Amino acid sequence: MNGIAFLIPIALGLGLAGLFGFHWALRAGQFDDPEGAAIRILLDEGPVGPDRPDA
Amino acid sequence: MTALLSHAEFVLPGIRCAGCIAKIEDGLSHLPGVVSARVNFTAKRVAVDHDGSLDDAVLRRAIGDLGFTAELLVEAGEQDRAHARESRELLKALAVAGFAAMNVMLLSVSIWSGAEGSTRALFHWLSALIAMPTVAYSGRPFFKSAWAALRRGRTNMDVPISIGVLLATLLSLFETIVGGAHAYFDGAVSLLFFLLAGRYLDSAMRDRARDSAASLMRQTAPGGTVVYPDGSSAWVRAADLAPGMRMIVTSGERFGADGRIEKGETRIDASLVTGESEPAPASVGDRVIAGTLNLAAPVEITVTAAGPDTAIAGMARLMEAAGQGKSRYVRIADRAARLYAPAVHCLAALSFAGWMIAGAGWHQSLLIAVAVLIITCPCALGLAVPVAQVVAAGAMMRRGILVKDGSALERLAEADSVRFDKTGTLTLGRPELVEESLTAEERPLALALARASRHPLSIALARRLEGEGVAAADLGRIVEYPGKGVEARHDGRMVRLGSPAWIGCAAPGDGMACAFAIEGGDARLLSFSDRIRPDAASSVRRLEAQGLECAILSGDRRAAVAPVAVDLGLTAAVGLSPTEKVDAIHRQAAIGHRVLMVGDGLNDGPALAAGHVSMAPASASDVGQTAADLVFLGDSLAPVPIAVDAARRTMRVVRQNFVLAIGYNLLAVPLALAGLVTPLVAAIAMSTSSIIVVANALRLRRIAA
Repeated sequence: MNGIAFLIPIALGLGLAGLFGFHWALRAGQFDDPEGAAIRILLDEGPVGPDRPDA
Repeated sequence: MTALLSHAEFVLPGIRCAGCIAKIEDGLSHLPGVVSARVNFTAKRVAVDHDGSLDDAVLRRAIGDLGFTAELLVEAGEQDRAHARESRELLKALAVAGFAAMNVMLLSVSIWSGAEGSTRALFHWLSALIAMPTVAYSGRPFFKSAWAALRRGRTNMDVPISIGVLLATLLSLFETIVGGAHAYFDGAVSLLFFLLAGRYLDSAMRDRARDSAASLMRQTAPGGTVVYPDGSSAWVRAADLAPGMRMIVTSGERFGADGRIEKGETRIDASLVTGESEPAPASVGDRVIAGTLNLAAPVEITVTAAGPDTAIAGMARLMEAAGQGKSRYVRIADRAARLYAPAVHCLAALSFAGWMIAGAGWHQSLLIAVAVLIITCPCALGLAVPVAQVVAAGAMMRRGILVKDGSALERLAEADSVRFDKTGTLTLGRPELVEESLTAEERPLALALARASRHPLSIALARRLEGEGVAAADLGRIVEYPGKGVEARHDGRMVRLGSPAWIGCAAPGDGMACAFAIEGGDARLLSFSDRIRPDAASSVRRLEAQGLECAILSGDRRAAVAPVAVDLGLTAAVGLSPTEKVDAIHRQAAIGHRVLMVGDGLNDGPALAAGHVSMAPASASDVGQTAADLVFLGDSLAPVPIAVDAARRTMRVVRQNFVLAIGYNLLAVPLALAGLVTPLVAAIAMSTSSIIVVANALRLRRIAA
């Protein structure tokens, strides 16, 4: 019974962490362009965007 | 940042690799005024944040300079956004149901393996704690649809699902409170999980197909340059054009509205409307139609009709009317649901009544009725169709065939005759150089001239010469004479590329030709033809072998169609207007045929919508692509028989899936009726039937060539 008291909250906590992680990734748009994500790892340059030094 | 931040999205049909992404993102972010550019490869789009002073047209030109064609995307319609939101909501619900199913299952396994007394009570309470909010959250898509159906006095697949899930949850809660032995929380939650998976796949497939088709779509004309009476001019979107405005349309630009030419003469590529690939000359007083391409020289027109009043919009309405029949098509899953839902309700009600009569008490009877509902709950049935269609559509997409929605596969499998358009469908719809006698010194000059013109023959010549690795000569000022050709001065001599009559050599009797000459030298005749698509003959033979009856419906003249028809051994109806094409298809439908229409042009749009199912090549006009159910990439016609084959195999697998899912349930129902189904048995039955159905559908991943 003591083991259960620890393990069940841990199991639920991990599950919830995964669920929130998924929601965050969904909201952050990480599932918007799955094919692009697979291809982008082939790019040499760093990310381009607003934080470029020459912007 | 001085100006307001604006956002623009462009469709990029031509991006293929990592290099393209880098080139576009890099190139655009170095443009002054651009804050960020992000390519979405899946949707083949680029989203640009820029400050308001920067014009969309400038961005489009910038992308063009990087070597890509881009079209401004009109803001997504409310409908599209609603679809995207729906998929996202389903995915969230699926994630929650998945989380809950795993955890409740974990607790249930402990109970099944022999947890007793207070441990069991604790596990039941924990399950309730996880399952109740999950059912409330993840069950909404089903409850909403079931409620909507019930309110209108009808029933659908979601009604037994909702009743099953709600009854199972409430009964399990009751069991938990009184400390009973069985709770069905795991059943209720994993049922939701499997059903949501099916729903999400179905919705994701539609979204994805919609995106692909949209990315291929070229807009007829985003707008045009309007000249105001005071002499100023501005670029105006097509939606804001109005009759009476004067517009300047440069060569290579599409007309944004219907109008009359006021100044200038040119040649117009009206293939979008007429299906005719030969450009037609037009001069002052002639009518021009929105969406056609101005090829030779800038003209000034007075707008006679804009927006919804244009000829193109009229065609769209004709198409909509023709497509009405199609929207009444009942998908196979819905037909199954219509039979299945009442049967399941009756069975559950009967078992409840039967056990009450047998004197089992309401608690026991209700428990058995719920077990029947859970066992028969159509989770494998809900997966049967979408899984097969998503797997097949994915395999077809890898072979260059885009499927717009699942019912297209069902309808394609039913087709028993094919009607082809000629230009652009059986043929490539663009001239190809077939004969030339240019010498090595002449080639660079010819290429330089050909590049300077937008005439389709010039484009074909330039493409061929570039393909042969010829480097263009450096010519000075190149002058274009509308309807005649281009000329420039090279080493003190005139070089010319243009119509044979203008250059002064005899034109061949038929076919398309142009001529090239250096002053004082011989004229070279270059002849072109609209080539039949590779594999056209073998594809037609294969379609006939598949039992489809093939014929041509063309808007072209008899002389233009005859050689193609003879080559492919097909009968042909020629000189048909769009309405006549629709009538021809309706006549076929009236005698019980289901027609697969394959076409590309605007003139085929209504026929594509009227066909039982339709396909268009990716080179088709956007009207053709919008109207078609399937779009195929590449020059070959082979995707047509491949798609027919794939659709038939998909439907075979769908039918097998129905047999498997219903058969499995039929086996388990007697057990449930007999009161032998414990939550353990229900959980096993449910997951096994779902897994079998998914595994069967995965066989579709390999679609043979």
